[in-house]
Amino acid sequence: MQKTAGLIKKRVLELLADGTVTKVLGWKEGDFIYDVTPASFLSAQEADGLVYSSFCGANLSKYLISECKALTEGKILALLKPCDTYSFNQLLTEHRIDRDKVYVIGVGCKGMLDIEKIKAMGIKGITKVIDNGKELDIKTIYGSKTCKREDALLEKCLCCKSKNFKAFDEIIDPEPETKEEKADRFAKVSELEAMTAEERYAFWQEQLSKCIRCNACRNVCPACSCMKCVFDNPVSGVSSKANTDSFEEKMFHIIRAFHVAGRCTDCGECSRVCPQNIPLHLLNRKFIKDINELYGEYQAGEEVGSRAPLADFTFDDAEPSVVNERGNS
Amino acid sequence: MQRIGVFVCWCGSNIAATVDVDAVVEAVKNEPGVCHAQNYQYMCSEAGQGLIKNAIKEHNLTGIVVCSCSPRMHEATFRKTAEQAGLNPYMVEIANIREHCSWIHKDKKEATEKAVILARAAIAKVNLNTPLRPGESMVTKRALVIGGGIAGIQSALDIADAGYPVDIVEKSPTIGGKMAQLDKTFPTLDCAACILTPKMVEAAQHPNINIYSYSEVEAVTGFVGNFDVKIKKKARFVDEKKCTGCAVCTAKCPSRKGGNEFNCNLDNRGAIYIPFAQAVPNVACIDSTRCIHFKTGKCGICEKSCSAGAVNFDQKDEIIEQKYGAIVVATGFQISDVTKFDEFQYTKHPDVITSLELERIMNAAGPTKGTLLRMSNKEHPKDIVFIQCVGSRGNTCRDKTYCSKICCMYTAKHAMLIREKYPDVNVHVFYIDVRTPGKNFDEFYRRAVEQYNVDYIKGMVGKVWENEEGRLTVQGVDLLSNRRIMLDTDMVVLAAAIEPSEGVRNIATMLTASIDTNDFLTEAHPKLRPVESPTAGVFLSGVCQGPKDIPETVSQAGAAAVKVVGLLAKDKLVTSPCTANANELMCNGCSTCERVCPYGAIDYIDKEVNDHGKREVRRIARVNSALCHGCGACTVACPSGAMDLQGFSNRQIMAEVDAICK
Amino acid sequence: MQVSENTENKEFKPLIVAFCCNWCSYAGADLAGTSRLSYPAEVKIIRVPCSCRVNPMFILKAFEKGADGVIMCGCHPGDCHYSTGNYYARRRMTLLFSMLDYLGIDRARTRVEWVSAAEGQKFSLVMNDFAKTVTELGENIKLGDLRCKKQQD
Repeated sequence: MQKTAGLIKKRVLELLADGTVTKVLGWKEGDFIYDVTPASFLSAQEADGLVYSSFCGANLSKYLISECKALTEGKILALLKPCDTYSFNQLLTEHRIDRDKVYVIGVGCKGMLDIEKIKAMGIKGITKVIDNGKELDIKTIYGSKTCKREDALLEKCLCCKSKNFKAFDEIIDPEPETKEEKADRFAKVSELEAMTAEERYAFWQEQLSKCIRCNACRNVCPACSCMKCVFDNPVSGVSSKANTDSFEEKMFHIIRAFHVAGRCTDCGECSRVCPQNIPLHLLNRKFIKDINELYGEYQAGEEVGSRAPLADFTFDDAEPSVVNERGNS
Repeated sequence: MQRIGVFVCWCGSNIAATVDVDAVVEAVKNEPGVCHAQNYQYMCSEAGQGLIKNAIKEHNLTGIVVCSCSPRMHEATFRKTAEQAGLNPYMVEIANIREHCSWIHKDKKEATEKAVILARAAIAKVNLNTPLRPGESMVTKRALVIGGGIAGIQSALDIADAGYPVDIVEKSPTIGGKMAQLDKTFPTLDCAACILTPKMVEAAQHPNINIYSYSEVEAVTGFVGNFDVKIKKKARFVDEKKCTGCAVCTAKCPSRKGGNEFNCNLDNRGAIYIPFAQAVPNVACIDSTRCIHFKTGKCGICEKSCSAGAVNFDQKDEIIEQKYGAIVVATGFQISDVTKFDEFQYTKHPDVITSLELERIMNAAGPTKGTLLRMSNKEHPKDIVFIQCVGSRGNTCRDKTYCSKICCMYTAKHAMLIREKYPDVNVHVFYIDVRTPGKNFDEFYRRAVEQYNVDYIKGMVGKVWENEEGRLTVQGVDLLSNRRIMLDTDMVVLAAAIEPSEGVRNIATMLTASIDTNDFLTEAHPKLRPVESPTAGVFLSGVCQGPKDIPETVSQAGAAAVKVVGLLAKDKLVTSPCTANANELMCNGCSTCERVCPYGAIDYIDKEVNDHGKREVRRIARVNSALCHGCGACTVACPSGAMDLQGFSNRQIMAEVDAICK
Repeated sequence: MQVSENTENKEFKPLIVAFCCNWCSYAGADLAGTSRLSYPAEVKIIRVPCSCRVNPMFILKAFEKGADGVIMCGCHPGDCHYSTGNYYARRRMTLLFSMLDYLGIDRARTRVEWVSAAEGQKFSLVMNDFAKTVTELGENIKLGDLRCKKQQD
């Protein structure tokens, strides 16, 4: 990781120096070492703060929408992990960003860590995390702790989509495709599907009642890139701003999931940023699972210009009654 | 806030017997926006409409709800009423309390409650209605006829006679279609060519008709009154203006191995050919797949022999772009593939033929010069078996489910003609049913049986094989005597099912005209609008719509022409204002709506928008309201809700749901 | 979540919203009316130009407000007045209804039927059957309560 970070920094400085790019989109360290946030850098001096560590889970592609708009000269450099390039492609497909304005450096990724998971193990006062591949050596103010790396991985990394870059101008330190079997990303969805309707309702009521409508999921989601969200638009019939009923409030997550259905790359950012730890990705994955099963495997962002499953059809698509038939089988 | 008037119709007792109309008026009086409510015996009557008009004026109404029969029945009526009283016609909503309520519910209390809810939903909707104005579009006064068979020719002649220019696009080198291949026609037994060729010539010489032969429609965009069509005029390597049709080249062409399609491949033609003597245009055409010059660069005999210098090996395909106001589809039919019916030996024995092949054999210009001969040994047959419904009226994957309609009559015709000309030939016909409705049709069939002693056997044939004498044995059943029969015969003629021409699906897609499971084009209404496609401006002529014989085809062709003339006679068309509309400030320019639009009505422009003082150039969707049909597919595909449908907006429908679910 | 007991079911009148496309199903419903083919008054029809106009939000709204069943009717696949509308609708509704099922709205409470303008009889049969199914299921959970656990407690 250290080595990759060094290579990235070197290359970023070169590209800034020769004028290929005028701005860099990357990550910078916060108050704590795990507190890494997306940041932009305009000069070599600023780029000194650029980091690349095991806590760089954040997907930077969505920032390119506003960055592309604001850009007046040169290109903007974006550091994208393999999974981030799917979102990047999806945004290209939807004409939300301008490929000519972006210089993509694909950065190799071994899987990113979830600080919430580490904290949940009771590890506190973290000062340093040394990644030994299989194990994490965690230095804390209370001494050293270790944990298995896979126990601390972000949900999305447990079932890593690919180590290959779907879009890039150059690649730094790519990882080979993992040979080990990936976790079944639909395991939890299947588990819920196996429950009774009442149990599922109880599950979602429990989860969705936690929501505080902070909009973090919406703001981070690369598919939620609308100029103006339906929830903020009084003529959409959804917004409750000019309305006394709370349709929007109650249906927010369901409507959001439907709006991104077929466009969601399963980047998992919604769940990662949720302060209430609502497993929002389970809504998106339900749509993805259904789409894969009914209309054939589809991965949003796999290629630019692909037709989203909901903007497509075949003459012999499954009839909607398939929902009932599957339930009875 | 709207000022809404609610008008509850009794429809005599149709509504009032089951719905307490007074209670409905009472219940909706205090709904938001309602400032007038009343009921009346017949709202659609002069007096009822007068009542509405008075109320609009008296109460300064801005919107009205009529609780009456289906909007499909009287929405247009009440819109007109509103307009006459100075109200925008799109400020009218109908609550369907007859078809959807009084006629299906018996309990008066229940029906009244439902009527109130339906009225409330309509009130909630009209509260959000906005005045809409229909657009206008121009009409290009020119028609396109796709297909140059008898259907296309007749439609074109009728349109042209009414004074409008027509182009016929025919994919083969000549017009005439299937009828040109027929020998005689039922029930009069007059010769097909004698009645068809004058029409072909008339079409060719008509000042308003232009024939694009050996051409195909490449692309169609646009809409009723304004179709933009690309026509590919395939290279025929012969200059149409120079060729005199002398046919010297066709006789001299040394490449003679390929089949002659006009004679059902029963004989061969040269690579340069004129399909038949009366072809229109009477111009040769080079089949480049068979021409020695195109294969080896040598030969060129036709070029040398042509005194007019018409042969031009460098001719290229040409794309013609033309605007049309209306399109007639007259793509006709083809014989379905009988090779699937292996039990009849069609692919194995030359004496097993289709009825169309028999037409060519009987025709003086055919492969046998009109003498009935076995194709295997060119001998005169003694026995002929006809098998009906080959591929029609079946329910296996080999069959069409429908009746091909013309086979009973043409088989009777064939049987009769053979018995007339060759009284020594025994003719047997296996049939499921004999269906001969039509003027002088059943009489015709009975003549075949009674006068010409044709042996009609009710039953199907199981199989056919070549026997030791080199003749054919037919094994079938006679259902009337319930016994198996074996017949030795010299020829077997299959009445193969007819099916829409290959490529019709492609044309239907280009025209966004719908097509049924058998690939026949769908009519706008099976009874009341049989010659119109549901796609405005597209009309149906001939077998492309369903199996039919020549007289039916000609009458439908004429009917389609009248519809075209009715359309072209207008200078402008009124377009529905219920079209999609993108809110510039909310549009992401993501292209999702464009992908789901069946009419290509959406495109994208880079436009400077003023978003609350912030000016920027954005990629935004633009709907061509003349192309938009108002289906609403885009409105749901749009993730941001920027796309909405006028007359059925998100808020309007949400308000209806709200009112119903209160 | 089904609060009603069997005894109450006899009295229970479900709230059913039917979205019908203008060209086929709404006309089919009209034909059912003209032919006097009855179906329960609980079924309330909303007219849309095409099944592809049915926004999932409309259906969510209905369930949020306490609808007991929602049915969408359109032209048979291949017969859409707008040629392709119902194909899109078919995918949307399949996915939406599957999602609603996933959230705990019993799958029998949602349905899609293709009813042509000539199928008045089918319209009536479908509505009778759907109303019967929904009545047997009893009162629905309110989708609107998905986020109100605490208030309930």
